[in-house]
Amino acid sequence: MTSPEAVGPVFSIERLSRAYGDGPLALDLGAAADGADAADGAALTLGGGLVNAVLGPNGSGKTTLLRLLSLIDPPTEVRGRVFGGPWPRAGNDEALRLRLRRRMALIFQRPILFEGSVAANVGYGLTLRGWTAGGAELRRRVEESLDAVGLADLAARPAKGLSSGESQRVALARALACRPDAYLLDEPTANLDPGSVVAIERIVKKLRDEGRTVVLVTHNLFQAKRLADRVLFLTEGRLVEDAPARAFFERPRSEAARAFVAGETY
Amino acid sequence: MPAGALLAFRPFKGRAFLVRLTYTFMGLPPVLAGLVIYLLLSSQGPFGRARLLFTPAAMVIAQFVLVVPIVAGLTLAAVRERDGLVRDTALALGATRWQADLTVVRESRRAIGAAVMAAFGRAIAEVGAVMLVGGNIQGQTRVMTTAIVLETRQGDFDVAIALGLVLLAVAFAVNALAGRFTPQAGGKLDDVA
Repeated sequence: MTSPEAVGPVFSIERLSRAYGDGPLALDLGAAADGADAADGAALTLGGGLVNAVLGPNGSGKTTLLRLLSLIDPPTEVRGRVFGGPWPRAGNDEALRLRLRRRMALIFQRPILFEGSVAANVGYGLTLRGWTAGGAELRRRVEESLDAVGLADLAARPAKGLSSGESQRVALARALACRPDAYLLDEPTANLDPGSVVAIERIVKKLRDEGRTVVLVTHNLFQAKRLADRVLFLTEGRLVEDAPARAFFERPRSEAARAFVAGETY
Repeated sequence: MPAGALLAFRPFKGRAFLVRLTYTFMGLPPVLAGLVIYLLLSSQGPFGRARLLFTPAAMVIAQFVLVVPIVAGLTLAAVRERDGLVRDTALALGATRWQADLTVVRESRRAIGAAVMAAFGRAIAEVGAVMLVGGNIQGQTRVMTTAIVLETRQGDFDVAIALGLVLLAVAFAVNALAGRFTPQAGGKLDDVA
């Protein structure tokens, strides 16, 4: 296993915002402090082998945050660093952006598996990185990754036609195969069977123990309690709370977070 | 196919217009296409000196003009439909822009195959344009469809029907052959198109 470089945080954000069209900002981190969590310097730092749960009501900007962190979507405004370097600008810095993107993996709520076998899917990210398709090294990595999600016997099966739980586990194996330093998970267990939820949560814990950084967007408060070291609570595109998980669940400071933990908003 | 993919992937000035134009030309009446090509190739037309009118080459040009918008248009539609989610997935796993494009096209390959078959269907069923620019000359530019028209006019219905059946058989054979080379993951027919 390659160990993530111990060079400080994966993300260090002073300012990060995103608007869609002419609408209001879908995400607005590090704007002039509005009371709840006045930040000096970095508004948000992520890294260091923790499971960071991102919680918040629908439309609070959770998915937007993940897409910006993954460097797939360009921010409207940004001041921050990724893996210790500058945040790459859209259009420029394509080579840098690619290099950084390849150190993370974003997993979607509804995974898209490609045509072909499960093994071909799991090897996809590696072939993008120039590994020889069908090579012994790639095959071994694919086997390991499928083993990690408990689906080693499905390797030869066509990927289309798996159950949604199996599909999500294959999608996770596809990311694991690339051994990224940071995992960005967008509701990875929503609507999955209990067995798959257990399998995925076990992997998340293992990743943390290996020192990878996990950013986990979830709607499931129980899951957040089970997995999170730290909770980021968003409301209306703003980071309202950033606290150790235990403290967050026991004593949410803002009214919005209290209502959310009590199940009054979702 | 590349034209269709290009229209789908790369934003450029006038793309919306080109897309609309492509879709319009998918419904281009063959007789109109034939007429325009006839005028272009006729001895007084700008390409008259090439002496292509009433030759198989003229028919190929007509078929090309009719078929390209169909392949491009259907490729465009197929690729667009899969663009967002498949592209995001590819990018999330570390694809370059080109690798993401390639993945989207690969994931659309069955629908693109269907586009090619639709274009083939149009080409072999075509009468109007090839009649106009080919002239239906026996032994030179007479094809099955134009022969059927001729036989029907002459009252030789048996020959016309026989020719029609042969044409259908050819179409079936080509489709069957194409089917063998198209991936049929899961063998689901509704996955095509």
